[in-house]
Amino acid sequence: MKRFFAWGNRLHSGESSIPFVGKAKLWLSIAGVLVLLSLLVPLIFGFNFGIAFKGGSQFQVDHITDTSAAKGEGIINEVVSGSEPRLTPTSDTAVQIETNQLTDPQMQDVRDALVSGYDVKVEDVTSTFVGPEWGQDVTSKMIRALVIFVAIALIVMALYFRTWKMSVAAIVGLFAVMIVTMGIYSATGFEVTPEAVIGFLTVLSFSLYDTVVVFDKIRENTTRFEERRNLKFSELVNLGVNQTTVRSINTSVVSVLPIASILFIGVFLLGAGTLVDISLSLFIGTIVAAASTLFVASPLYAVLRANEPAVKAQEEAVRELRLKNGGADVPPVIHAEV
Amino acid sequence: MSDIEEKPRPGLRFLWLAIITVALAAIIAGGVIWSNATTTPKLALDLEGGTSIILEPQVSEGTDISKEQLDQAVAIIRQRVDSTGVSEAEISTQGDRNIVVNLPGNPDEETRNLVRSSAQLVFRRVALVGDPRSQEQIQKEQESSGEESGADDGLSDEERKRLEDLTGADSQGDGDGEDQAPSGGGDVVDAGGSATETDEASETSKPSESESSDAEESDETSGSSEGSKVTDSTPRPLFDPEKDASEWQTEKIIKEYSELDCTNKKNRTGGQQQPSDEPVVSCSEDGQAKYILGPVELSGDHLADANAGYAAGANGVQTNTPAVNLSFDSTGREIFKQITSDITGKQQPYNQFAIELDGLVLSAPSSNAVITDGNAQITGNFTLDSAQTLANQLKNGSLPLSFQVQSENQISPTLGSNYLKIGLLTGFVGLLLVVVYSLLQYRVLGLVTVSSLVVAGVLTYLLLLLASWRYGYRLSLAGVAGIIIGIGMAADSFIVYFERVRDELRSGRNLLSAVEVGWNRAKRTIYASKAVNMLAAVILYILAVGSVRGFAFTLGLTVIIDVLIVFLFTHPMLQFLARTKFFGEGHPMSGMDPRLLGVKPAAYRGALNLSIDDEDKSPEAKRREKARLRKAGMTAEDGSDTTAAAAAASESEETSSDTTKAAKPKTAKPKAAKTAVGGMTIAERKAAARRAEEEAAAEDSAAADGKEDDK
Repeated sequence: MKRFFAWGNRLHSGESSIPFVGKAKLWLSIAGVLVLLSLLVPLIFGFNFGIAFKGGSQFQVDHITDTSAAKGEGIINEVVSGSEPRLTPTSDTAVQIETNQLTDPQMQDVRDALVSGYDVKVEDVTSTFVGPEWGQDVTSKMIRALVIFVAIALIVMALYFRTWKMSVAAIVGLFAVMIVTMGIYSATGFEVTPEAVIGFLTVLSFSLYDTVVVFDKIRENTTRFEERRNLKFSELVNLGVNQTTVRSINTSVVSVLPIASILFIGVFLLGAGTLVDISLSLFIGTIVAAASTLFVASPLYAVLRANEPAVKAQEEAVRELRLKNGGADVPPVIHAEV
Repeated sequence: MSDIEEKPRPGLRFLWLAIITVALAAIIAGGVIWSNATTTPKLALDLEGGTSIILEPQVSEGTDISKEQLDQAVAIIRQRVDSTGVSEAEISTQGDRNIVVNLPGNPDEETRNLVRSSAQLVFRRVALVGDPRSQEQIQKEQESSGEESGADDGLSDEERKRLEDLTGADSQGDGDGEDQAPSGGGDVVDAGGSATETDEASETSKPSESESSDAEESDETSGSSEGSKVTDSTPRPLFDPEKDASEWQTEKIIKEYSELDCTNKKNRTGGQQQPSDEPVVSCSEDGQAKYILGPVELSGDHLADANAGYAAGANGVQTNTPAVNLSFDSTGREIFKQITSDITGKQQPYNQFAIELDGLVLSAPSSNAVITDGNAQITGNFTLDSAQTLANQLKNGSLPLSFQVQSENQISPTLGSNYLKIGLLTGFVGLLLVVVYSLLQYRVLGLVTVSSLVVAGVLTYLLLLLASWRYGYRLSLAGVAGIIIGIGMAADSFIVYFERVRDELRSGRNLLSAVEVGWNRAKRTIYASKAVNMLAAVILYILAVGSVRGFAFTLGLTVIIDVLIVFLFTHPMLQFLARTKFFGEGHPMSGMDPRLLGVKPAAYRGALNLSIDDEDKSPEAKRREKARLRKAGMTAEDGSDTTAAAAAASESEETSSDTTKAAKPKTAKPKAAKTAVGGMTIAERKAAARRAEEEAAAEDSAAADGKEDDK
């Protein structure tokens, strides 16, 4: 822990520095490739949509001993033919069976058959039926919510930071998070459920939150940068990101801990379900979001402003001053430590 | 810098927090004692077990569903479900199209069908009106009271006799001309049927004839059967209770009629699919009367509009009598004309037509005039309110709504409680992990995080109780997830704050001033970032459906509580701790140890040491100085001023002296100037100076802000 402290201190003073801005092109290229991949992957693998999006029926049976696919599917096939049951064991004592859309009486029949077939209590069978339009309805509402959220966030941030470039950088970072998370979902075949989408939307809020915290420091560092001669604009940005790196790590860890707790305990005890679905997307998304703030949003902001005349002039002035003083063109350490 | 010496007042903020918490607790305690508040939040279906059905109304293409229609559909479903005796059913609209029906347990097929089936508004002719009770009940009551006349059932002698013949029931009424229908029957018919219905343009509606004298005889002419296919152009009425008596006086119908007990709510669920081309037995909506009705003469589709108003008087002048006005479309007008021309002037109840919604008779007015223009008026014992209700029912009922199940979710109660247990367990473990990590990272300071989270937890719980009591909020699994994630987010803002304080420590402030300056900066960051979170929660809550809303609600709730806690608990707590020796001197376990943060003790002491005059202090000297500072009542402003002063010293003599003036006489300034860092190289000092320069620019405002905040 002492080392972590020391590292944080060095980052803070600029003694050590992670070249978030210096290697902006590298980070942004990596991000670009990841985003591109994430866009391509769904084209090949598609998404594993839950029944909420496809429509269909789903049963969950708890407190059973035999979780083999043959048994559950057999039971259902006996009652309703052609329903294409697909059984997934969700834990040692529970299975989840999805079927095509059944009618209401069929649902009842299947429930009864499962109760007697598995010899469990009526309460141990849970069933869900989702009409085909429900998923579309949910999806369209989600997309609407997303668009409105992004639009308002864009405006709010532009107002708060008083520069639209920060706003744009933050939103681009947000999109990177969104696309990469979707890519991961597609590549891994994790099931996309409404709960996963909830988690996903939360990640977007977390992503912006994280970016706002870092940008706030950057904004503070770059206030009246034109008058400064010790650090270049890009170095100020980089310093800001480095100074908040420890915070970023700490907040991410603290955010991820409860999520991981839900995820791992949930998977172990519950199998798939609301909690696990939410926490899985949060788990993946939070990590991606923290990385995106550091490696996408922040360098992008520096790049976006690099061509502004004021920025160019300041950077040039700082460089000249440094050369005049006989030093190298490197950022100084802000203050010393032993 | 501050002319008025002001200490940070952590106590005041704690007080506010205490007041808020106690007030909330008191409100809820009061609610528990005097109202129906609970000490645990109400649980949603997925935690409690039950069935959730999401319905989407099916209407013909291109038809919009108005909010009223949806509300009416909800009312109809509620009536149906309530009547089945299912308690705690929750029925609500969701979004602009969907209806959510949450039923506890696993409802039987019948209940599900009730929920799904459509409600239609139809007009039928009345063949028989009577006491709402079943024959059996009437007999029982008569037996017990002994004195009631047989006419109690509201039937004419003949009818009763016929019923007796048909059902074999032996009514023991004397059956002797006592046609006076006593309270039950007579009034009832009044309520439903006393409405007279007149041509709007024609003369005043006369009060309807008293129902009591009705049905002195019953026509036994048997009528001919109807043609099989009924269209809008089939001449109306399709059914004449007098001529077609054989159609409704069947054994089946009479049996059904005599057995039906309309006073029992269970029999008024509506929703049963009644045959439209046959006579049916039906209850009035309020359970005050029982009817035998003919087949559907006119469907509600043809009702163009209905509204409440006052009845027109003899010469078209408005009267004080509330009335319901109906207007039909062209098809409806024609049919209605035919019906009214046939039934007007007939004896009761053959001059009545029943308006049936969802299998229950809303009203059964008798016709006073032939309506040729499609504009009818129903008058009767209406208040303006009841007229309005009826008009709404008619208007919205004219659109037949049937429902398609969009999603149905059945969760067993055991599974639900299991979910809850695991949700709480994971929440607890998550919290524990956060605590452990905080302690590792922030040492004893981590305890501030822990206590803040505990306070946040208490407030969240109280607010959940409030929401669940006042607004019927139910905690769902998604909501639990929202809270757990809220824990992480709340801890985040503490971290943002702590890190800022550390930043300031690294910049060479003493703890007291670092807390204030750090707070001023962290505050803005926290507000901005929390605003983004809140924005997301609000948008999700407004736009999303189903479980997402429950999640958004708790997420938003935790954001608000988080801001409240940081402001009223965490920050004052830190202010308070900064004055303790343990923290103030930067004990290695305090988490604010400047040495661990890479700051020289002297620098940490509260001033950047720009003096060449180096002199490392002994620990004793440091402690002495510290004690003196405390004794001198050094406050955060002092600290921050001092720092600012020292920092600014290099660039402006004036600033420096200004701030020094403001500082207390015995404060650090002179001391600070003397204190120095051993082993600080020139380069380092230069760097420090540069840093100070940077600071100075931002400082002026920050220091001022700090002062404002403390006021």
